Amino acid sequence: MKNNTVITVNVIGAGLAGLSAARGLAKRGVKVRLFSVHSSERAQSNLAEGGINASLDVMGENDSWREHFDDTMKGGCFLADPEMVKELTMNAPEVVMDLDRLGVPFHRENGHIVQRNFGGQKKKRTAYAMSSTGRVLVAALTDEVRKHEYSGCIKRYPHHRFERIIIKNNECAGVQIYDLYTHTRKVYEGPVIIASGGFNGMFPGLTTGTTANTGLAAAELFSQGVEFANLEFIQYHPTTTEITGKRLLISEAARGEGGRLFYFKDDGSYCYFMEEKYGSGGNLMPRDVISREMAVLGRQVYLDLTKLTEDTWNDKLSDLRDEIMHYMSVDPKLEPVPVSPGIHYFMGGIRVDIGHRAGIAGLYAAGECACAYHGANRLGGNSLLGAIYGGLRAAVSVVDDIAEGAFKGAGAPDNDDIADFTYIADSEAGIKSFMENELANGLGIIRDGIKLQNAIDKINAGFNDFLIESGADRGLAISDELMCRYRFTLAILKSALERKESRGAHTRRDYPKTLKEYRGTSVTRWNGSQIDYRLEIIPDSDTGVED
Amino acid sequence: MKKVLHIRRQKAGDSNAYWEDFTYEYKEADTVATALMTLPVVWEHSCLQKRCGACAMVINGTPHLACDTCLSDLKGERVVIEPLRKFPVVEDLLVDRSSMMNTLREMELWLNSDAVPDGEKTAFEASKCLQCGLCLEVCPNFYAGGKFGGMAAMAPAVRFLNKAPKEQQPELSRAYNKYVYEGCGKSLACRNVCPAGIDIEKLLVKSSAAAVWKNFKNL
Repeated sequence: MKNNTVITVNVIGAGLAGLSAARGLAKRGVKVRLFSVHSSERAQSNLAEGGINASLDVMGENDSWREHFDDTMKGGCFLADPEMVKELTMNAPEVVMDLDRLGVPFHRENGHIVQRNFGGQKKKRTAYAMSSTGRVLVAALTDEVRKHEYSGCIKRYPHHRFERIIIKNNECAGVQIYDLYTHTRKVYEGPVIIASGGFNGMFPGLTTGTTANTGLAAAELFSQGVEFANLEFIQYHPTTTEITGKRLLISEAARGEGGRLFYFKDDGSYCYFMEEKYGSGGNLMPRDVISREMAVLGRQVYLDLTKLTEDTWNDKLSDLRDEIMHYMSVDPKLEPVPVSPGIHYFMGGIRVDIGHRAGIAGLYAAGECACAYHGANRLGGNSLLGAIYGGLRAAVSVVDDIAEGAFKGAGAPDNDDIADFTYIADSEAGIKSFMENELANGLGIIRDGIKLQNAIDKINAGFNDFLIESGADRGLAISDELMCRYRFTLAILKSALERKESRGAHTRRDYPKTLKEYRGTSVTRWNGSQIDYRLEIIPDSDTGVED
Repeated sequence: MKKVLHIRRQKAGDSNAYWEDFTYEYKEADTVATALMTLPVVWEHSCLQKRCGACAMVINGTPHLACDTCLSDLKGERVVIEPLRKFPVVEDLLVDRSSMMNTLREMELWLNSDAVPDGEKTAFEASKCLQCGLCLEVCPNFYAGGKFGGMAAMAPAVRFLNKAPKEQQPELSRAYNKYVYEGCGKSLACRNVCPAGIDIEKLLVKSSAAAVWKNFKNL
């Protein structure tokens, strides 16, 4: 058994979840290796705009963690683990106050933090810095990590890519890492916290995320037998627009500050369709609801920000205005902005327990790569919170597990444990994009069983043809990356096919109702030859919200 | 519409550079980043919306983010693309900017105790710095590995001059003087290149006032 003086923890990813995990460990005296392809300034966390939720109760609305809990559970259609959400929402005020003590420039009035309205929440609960909240939080946590780098507790490995975990005696004994500068691989001993973000790279060009977020870490872990949960729940954010190479997000803060969604009726007048259907709070319904309405509508929708006051633009959204003008050549102060839904967040991910343990001793996951707090639909402002709290929670679990001697000491990985890992070759680009297209077609906002089954059949057929054409059936090599992506693609499609109901971000044309017998977590796992699937029903008593 | 991308390539930092031309058919909104995505050239990219600073490079002789440079805005058919010259090349357009992070570490830019909440507007402005290095590329005083950290060190330092507790201020002022103030020749060549739109001149005046003349109230 080892104690914490010799164990070094490997954190994969230097966005907010990874930074928070590394800091949490360092503050508890545990050494950390922080691996990332890019420096923290390039992480997707920097793109988070609107804010971070916590029931600080500073807006005179009598807010409480309990209401934050209720809104989160309801927004997630009662699919999140209530115990996890309880922890998250109870600890949220301390998370934000901690960030405040780090000097995060939250918007203030008369010296006090101001919170704004956000979708799916009854109270003003979102603390923010213009619409660049992610950026200021990354800056603050990067500063903190820098302090621990200086003391030698955290060592950063930028330009290092995760390839696989080393499993020995059913324990995660370490990690294999590829150095993108020297093109060499190495194994590092110790527990592993995965904080690799969402799976944007499975949907290239169709998400608001970064190109650095390839989804490969998740696909590789899936291939290694790590369990994934709720992969069918993919959030389409209602207000995005296509720019070259990706989707650009127009923050929900724009609606939190008074923006209204409408379409032009045939006579040219405005139809505020969300308000007509859902009342005055219509524009701030949860994202899944609005995106679904827009998909059903089938018309060009606009976001009307022309009634926002001069002060609101100057003090709260000036950066958003600049961005819209730069990329869309529209001044949102003067004219409505055309918007449409785009993939924004993955609620599902690596299956974790309340302590962010990922099913294999020594393996943990936090942030968007983990299935944790958001159920069937994430509320705006809960992702920054979930990433920072989740990273910290995983760090605490590692420290607890070390203290309890949970790691049997599977044996240090050495050079013999290094396995080659091959990446997609030019000859495989075609089949890769074929799979991506089928995946995207199957997993639109509105899905149906026939389309999903078709996508699976076409991918399997296409993949088999490719194996024959490329000679893989005669023992010629096909890349590890392609195999990992193939399996993970099928797992996502299978999760969507098997959930024969509509709930949150998963809308089925053929099963339009939410069904009690599907109130459960869908779990997929690669068993070495095929995908195992099961639905784990959440017990009735565990409703999360008192009726 | 087509452009010929004339790209300076290099297999490794210690190998010889060579130039290669790629023809690219472009659409109205395409940026240099859009074009590079289709080419077998190594470069750093992440957000594609000028919020991360990854894709900094030299385009037609001046430093830009590739995602912030529309092909249709560039005159002529030929577009000359080079890696940033102030940093060691790793491969093609990919450079090693770790010296920037090292400088921030040497300056000991972190809080020793709780922040003093004040002047969040200045702190917010300074937080916008992407650590992309474009301002260093045009700076006549900066070289990688040198003592002078340039405006990429000034911006993060401002956040601390602003929020650090009183006891830490003398140390921070010393670091600011050593890594920013003493090395800056005030050429202000960096004034117009910041992709995050930071008003460098204004920030510099404020931070120097605070660090050098201890005029914290003006922050």
